[in-house]
Amino acid sequence: MAYRSSVDIHTEWDIVAARQLGRNEAKKVGFGTVDQARITTAISELARNIYLYAGAGKIEIERLNEDGLFGIAIIASDEGPGIPDVRKVMEDGYSTSGGLGAGMPGVKRLMDDFRVDTERGKGTKITAVKWLR
Amino acid sequence: MNMRIPILKLNEILIVSLQWELDDQTAIQFQEDLLKKLHDTSAKGVVIDLTPIDFIDSFIAKVLGDVISMSGLMGAKVVITGIQPAVAITLIELGIRLENVMTALDLENGMDKLQQELEA
Repeated sequence: MAYRSSVDIHTEWDIVAARQLGRNEAKKVGFGTVDQARITTAISELARNIYLYAGAGKIEIERLNEDGLFGIAIIASDEGPGIPDVRKVMEDGYSTSGGLGAGMPGVKRLMDDFRVDTERGKGTKITAVKWLR
Repeated sequence: MNMRIPILKLNEILIVSLQWELDDQTAIQFQEDLLKKLHDTSAKGVVIDLTPIDFIDSFIAKVLGDVISMSGLMGAKVVITGIQPAVAITLIELGIRLENVMTALDLENGMDKLQQELEA
């Protein structure tokens, strides 16, 4: 069982807590300053999406070790309204919040693997992974 | 725990050094404080130094971009200095370009650039 820690997202302050946790975990895994910034930024964007669109949810950070490959996974989950059109959300420049978030394509570019599971009325789970090179 | 960001005045220029990670409230408070200080002091330029900042997300970038536009409306020019390599890389990958923003490598270069702009 990989090491996993989490932060519940209810307020703006929890966004700060989530990215601090992510940065600390990224340091422990051995990421350099640029990847630490990528991971911290990705967490901040995903946590803000939860806060803006679902109201509440959680950010989990998991240290990965698969066949000698080390990495970190960010799992952002909520029980919000779900994303009606994932393909649209993944287009650059698409936003429903008036440009508050850089959006999902930005987060995808910052990370190595990116996966969205969403169901209308049930919630959304986004998994983003960065591997140590 | 709402910390205010100090804004210093040197002749016609306001100097701001962001020293710690910004949360949303502090960022918005800073926006208001800076504009009020511009109004109160009639300063003509602002240097915002980001040297200690190790990441900027889209929200902080938007607040910075907005405060530059707002300062422009009030007749002041803004220079951003000290953007770290990791910050520059993540901002561009994220898709945030901060176009039309004056930047300089460090505070010293930023002050020079602003002086030149104000004299021009």
